[in-house]
Amino acid sequence: MAKTAEANKTNYQGQMHLLQKELMGNYFNQMTRAAEHGEGKAAYMLISGNPVELMLAFDLIPVYPEINALQLAVKKVALPFIQKAEEIGYSMDNCAYVKADVGLFLGDRKTPFATIPLPALILCNYVGCNVYLQWFEHLAEYCDGTLYNLDIPFMRDPSGKPTAADVTYVVRQLEEVIEICEKITGKKLDYAKLKRIVALSGETGEIWSRIKGLTKNVPSPFDSYFDSVTMMAPLYCLRGTEGGLKFFETALKEMQEKVDMGQGPLPEERFRFVIEGPPPWPYLRTFRDLFSKWGAVAVASTYSTVGGLWEFGFKHDSNRPLESIASHMLEWNLTNRNFLQRYEQIRRYVEEWSADALVIHSVKSCRLFSAGQGDMREYFTKELGIPTLLVESDIEDPRYFSEAQMKNRIDAFFESLEHKKIVRGAAAAGGAT
Amino acid sequence: MGIHEMVAQYREMLEDSPLNLVAEWKAKHPGSKVVGCYPVYTPFEIIHAAGMLPVGIIGAGNRLEIAHADSRFQSFVCSIVKSTLELGLIGNLESLDGIVFHSICDPARNLASVFKRNFPKLQVEYVHFPQNMASPHTVNYLAAEYRTLKSNYERLAGRPVTDDDLRKSIRVYNEQRKLIGQLYRMRREAPQNLSTLETYVLTRIGTLIPPEEHIGLLKEAIAAAKERDERPKDRIKVVLEGSFCEQPPLELIEGLEAAGCYILDDDFLLGWRFFKQDIPSEGDPVENLARAYLNQSVYSGVKHDTREAKSKHLIDKVRETGASAVVILAAKFCEPALFDYALYRRALEKEGIPHLYLEFEEKMWIFDKARTEVETFVESMLFD
Repeated sequence: MAKTAEANKTNYQGQMHLLQKELMGNYFNQMTRAAEHGEGKAAYMLISGNPVELMLAFDLIPVYPEINALQLAVKKVALPFIQKAEEIGYSMDNCAYVKADVGLFLGDRKTPFATIPLPALILCNYVGCNVYLQWFEHLAEYCDGTLYNLDIPFMRDPSGKPTAADVTYVVRQLEEVIEICEKITGKKLDYAKLKRIVALSGETGEIWSRIKGLTKNVPSPFDSYFDSVTMMAPLYCLRGTEGGLKFFETALKEMQEKVDMGQGPLPEERFRFVIEGPPPWPYLRTFRDLFSKWGAVAVASTYSTVGGLWEFGFKHDSNRPLESIASHMLEWNLTNRNFLQRYEQIRRYVEEWSADALVIHSVKSCRLFSAGQGDMREYFTKELGIPTLLVESDIEDPRYFSEAQMKNRIDAFFESLEHKKIVRGAAAAGGAT
Repeated sequence: MGIHEMVAQYREMLEDSPLNLVAEWKAKHPGSKVVGCYPVYTPFEIIHAAGMLPVGIIGAGNRLEIAHADSRFQSFVCSIVKSTLELGLIGNLESLDGIVFHSICDPARNLASVFKRNFPKLQVEYVHFPQNMASPHTVNYLAAEYRTLKSNYERLAGRPVTDDDLRKSIRVYNEQRKLIGQLYRMRREAPQNLSTLETYVLTRIGTLIPPEEHIGLLKEAIAAAKERDERPKDRIKVVLEGSFCEQPPLELIEGLEAAGCYILDDDFLLGWRFFKQDIPSEGDPVENLARAYLNQSVYSGVKHDTREAKSKHLIDKVRETGASAVVILAAKFCEPALFDYALYRRALEKEGIPHLYLEFEEKMWIFDKARTEVETFVESMLFD
């Protein structure tokens, strides 16, 4: 049997991670001050293709129930909130992000990381995920915040692009959102400020895209799944701010240094894989270690593109702020692209990031991601001949994570990959006969 | 033919192999095209105006074993997504030239892509229905969406669609909806004379045949139903909610009634009963269809209208029909219906309207549990 690498436990605490903790700490403190002392007004939004620039232009505090829900899961305190929602009628089969958030929302909204303020604006940026509509519809029933459904037409044209009518429709709606924000804040939109924010977003996105390009190096300087999630929070909460930009500059510098030194997140990079699907937040570390022990590094992930897809050429344009925000929401994020566009994105990752395999983490809660991933596996294994592993658990609900089963599946997969590697190596050493 | 015979005959067709009806129609109309319509709502008029036959592809009932599709869609995805794919994978959708999906939920949306990849000969369309019902700009968006759909169907049909073609189709579907509405009204007013199963079968058969034929059939059924004069039974009167997409097996619908309910209204086959009033046929027909969707369509779990809470619509329906309780009949794993339940439950409790929550799957075969639950619920209401 092939020997596996020593069990590698990663505990990466670079400058980037420390700075992230500090920045996100400040962000959560701002939320707590808003909740407990009425400092500032909160705008709830969804992560997918979020128009945070517009909220910042009005000094509204962007609050993402998804981030709150996932923080609850990471801190392993989500289950009682989920159960509370189930007691009042939410189903076992409903998205557990929503249930954890509803459970939290209907209580005192206190968490180990922040007290969550009530929303002045409930901005349902309906970017792909249909559950979003339900989620914010429910929150709006439970409070007095103003609900606005910012409807983003899904990418359905064969060209993979939005139609002219789509763009007009979204821009008109953004203008309506501006009017609502003006009412809520009592301030007129400062257009120059919006342009500055959008310019900062443009720069931030560009650096993020360069950071993501670095994982094309062998070894990859960081794990594009487990470490990318560290960078995703600032990308959504702080994009469009000086602090956010500085964070990404720091991260780029640090990662470039690692490339220059030939360093990666593990002592030895033995497998490079692309991963599809959101992480199992309640067992993130456990899940990571199951790959680390095989020396397997994620070099690209679809999850890191839910809020925006920057690595294929998109950049916010401060000269056309609203059109640019519309374009980001319509076209340049994973969730508003159709399933076959996702196949194509993964295919590019496998090829351009030189991956050995694809791992699909199928989560029950998020059917936007998961529904049909069996077909995706079929495509990658049968049509493209790429070794593909499909494992199941959940993003939020700890009851769906079976460590033993997960371990068996992952071990079997990498054992077989290792075997193939050895056979290939032997064939290559034997020369062409 | 009496209504009993009509229903028995159509029921047999539905249970046997409903897509045979479509194949038969196609054989009789060489060169004609058929477009499958996944639930919930499709603007059938656009397909019909191009001279094609729109047919409901609403899952596969409980007589098809899923042998392939469950390796493509996970265990936590609803039955209808899998059974529809299964129909394709085993070659049962051969008589379709196109199929249309809509932005009703995440699995249905991904299913559209899976169809595109697996069945390249089918023209797969995807309609993004707007969810911002309050903006004055939405109508232009939806009209543009419908115009794209129209030109795609002109391509499939190989002929242009004029405004007059569309107006004619609007009138046909107006009449079909009006007659279905009449059937429902008769049932509401005297449920002892017309059962839910009967109205269901009479409506469902219309998803598979040309609307003109269905109109004739409905007229006959209405006339026949008027002949009936049964004595009301000791049953509670309920409104049924939650089955707007995947459809429960006929045996279950029958069983709910037999267990002691008169179902005064339901949301079965909602896309074929989507408007209570006629869509105007004068003026720009595409814009009329778009405006109707935004301002005239019935509420459902897949439409999120910030102008008025869904639960208010349900409460209004209960009050208007004179029902005394609500049966929520949600498809297993149907996120829209399951989420709605949390809001409905809250509103119903507030209003003091009793309700029973049940889940079903189209593939289910055993109904004892559901029946017992309904019986217990009915008894608690009757002897309270």
